[in-house]
Amino acid sequence: MSKLQNAFSHGKAFIPFITAGDPSLDVTEELIYAMEEAGANLIEIGIPFSDPVAEGVVIQKASKRALLSGTTTEKIFGMVERIRKNTDIPLAFMTYLNPILAYGKKQFLNIAGNLGMDALIVPDMPFEEQYELLPDCRANNIDLISLIAPTSKERIAKIAAGAQGFVYCVSSMGTTGVREKFSAEIRNMVAQVKEIKDIPCAVGFGISIPQQAREIASFSDGVIVGSAIVRIVEQYGSKAINHVRDYVCRMKEAIKE
Amino acid sequence: MKGRFGPYGGQYIPETLMRAVIELEEAYEFYSRDESFQNELENLLKSYAGRPSLLYFAEKMTKDLGGAKVYLKREDLNHTGSHKINNVLGQVLLAKKMGKNRVIAETGAGQHGVATATAAALMGMECVIFMGKKDMERQALNVFRMQLLGAEVRAVESGTQTLKDAVNETLREWSSRIEDTHYVLGSVMGPHPFPTIVRDFQKIIGKEIKEQLMEKEGRLPDAVIACVGGGSNAIGAFYEFIPHESVMLFGCEAGGLGVNTDKNAATIANGKVGVFHGMKSYFCQDQYGQISPVHSISAGLDYPGIGPEHAMLHDIKRAKYVPVTDNEAVEAFEYLSRTEGIIPAIESAHAVAYAIKLAPQMGRDKIIVVNLSGRGDKDVAQIARYKGVNINE
Repeated sequence: MSKLQNAFSHGKAFIPFITAGDPSLDVTEELIYAMEEAGANLIEIGIPFSDPVAEGVVIQKASKRALLSGTTTEKIFGMVERIRKNTDIPLAFMTYLNPILAYGKKQFLNIAGNLGMDALIVPDMPFEEQYELLPDCRANNIDLISLIAPTSKERIAKIAAGAQGFVYCVSSMGTTGVREKFSAEIRNMVAQVKEIKDIPCAVGFGISIPQQAREIASFSDGVIVGSAIVRIVEQYGSKAINHVRDYVCRMKEAIKE
Repeated sequence: MKGRFGPYGGQYIPETLMRAVIELEEAYEFYSRDESFQNELENLLKSYAGRPSLLYFAEKMTKDLGGAKVYLKREDLNHTGSHKINNVLGQVLLAKKMGKNRVIAETGAGQHGVATATAAALMGMECVIFMGKKDMERQALNVFRMQLLGAEVRAVESGTQTLKDAVNETLREWSSRIEDTHYVLGSVMGPHPFPTIVRDFQKIIGKEIKEQLMEKEGRLPDAVIACVGGGSNAIGAFYEFIPHESVMLFGCEAGGLGVNTDKNAATIANGKVGVFHGMKSYFCQDQYGQISPVHSISAGLDYPGIGPEHAMLHDIKRAKYVPVTDNEAVEAFEYLSRTEGIIPAIESAHAVAYAIKLAPQMGRDKIIVVNLSGRGDKDVAQIARYKGVNINE
């Protein structure tokens, strides 16, 4: 059974993303506690990568800040170890394939599993290449999250059939970042997944205000928000904790049924 | 496995782009067997690009080096001044057949950008070129050239502001717009099917070398030398000779200030296997998998990776990859200019530099072919700066 079930069993899930080490790992740790308090159901921890091709400018800059502050995979593991002494909130790593391979995929997933990480999201690893990590994810009880995009169309059936934990529905074309409009396709994407498999669908990319979150949540199981939160961190740095807590409260409130 | 060269290659890209690469693969499979497409391309290569390019016997250079006979494959004489036009004419024609009306591309030295802008002008396509800000400064002439050809040049200010960042940004742009847009990838890299498509459009170089040398010498060369960034001119020159085990293949990587310094782009010498820009291959990276900032005097070789087919050729020891430093390349740049009256691109000068080392070690009955992938007009100002000469461009 997926450990992520917990994240989707208390109404619509709110899933925030932050980049680990932006501006420091101490702040990241505080942000995670604050977001849990504010009602987050699953938290995505970004392991920064030098060349994040799926990210818009906001998360690109956050990755750069995190790397400049000396953040490494090992130090992030250390932070998760501390966090796990205080909370069992579902946690996912989000990173690119290369940092995982460089660490050694077996070792990376073994450590992540032992630390109690629940899921892994790898934006540059589509369905066809999932075999890279699937065996080690399974061995360590970590859900490897599948993504679908507005261009996925007939690919959705096979992706959904193999999906674990939840399906990450990419709301729009392009990279991460705040948007005003979403593809009309998202509703259909969610419906297509549900036809194949009874699995939670969370929608991400571009969502930033409560109104959008409410609308998206009306036809999905959860809302993923990254850039809007990372932007608050960018603006307030180490003083971002309360601002992020307030923001997550407002977003969570908006998606309550 | 599909799109694999041994363990290398693959399609490591965001889901959003999968549709585009699958569509491209299907179209390529169809048109690569379509006679009218092939005829149209052949005609463009002949009447527009100026193929076949010459195979020139560098007699003075041969005498001076006192060893193997040196031939130069004159890709520098192609329209737009480099081998890049071979791939670009193929891809832009393919894009047109696919119903696209807009092409985007990355560029390092500007050669691929110029070639893409040229083909886009010829075939009536909208064109946007992504170029690192740092490269725009060192290749200002090519920027203006692209603009003259009607292309929009977008400065990439992220990361190291060089070729890898230009690729990042072009991939990002493509993921936001695939309906009407084709990404004309410039080298044998990126996700499948690009390494195969680009190699197929470049393999004409080696095919011509073989025919031309047969005519002149009645035999195969003993060595083929080419510079390697992503590796498109090298694979183009090598491919025909891979089954001929007697032909040694040398890829010259950018050794920058030296492979033991932190200022080089010698991927095979210093890289580790990883995944980046849609492919599994060798990449210059740190212990945590962060892609390293690389350095080369040549913007076209200033790239932290290498195409997956080269990674395989290295592993099976079919080709040998050797680093050539900035200094050696500049010396070769001047040497070929003085000796043969041919100013090579600083990229190609890396291959010339290795020929200068290799020829004297080989007998006079041996034959070396150097792929002169581009001409050096674009580099003149930079070489002057490198030598401390103040010229007013």
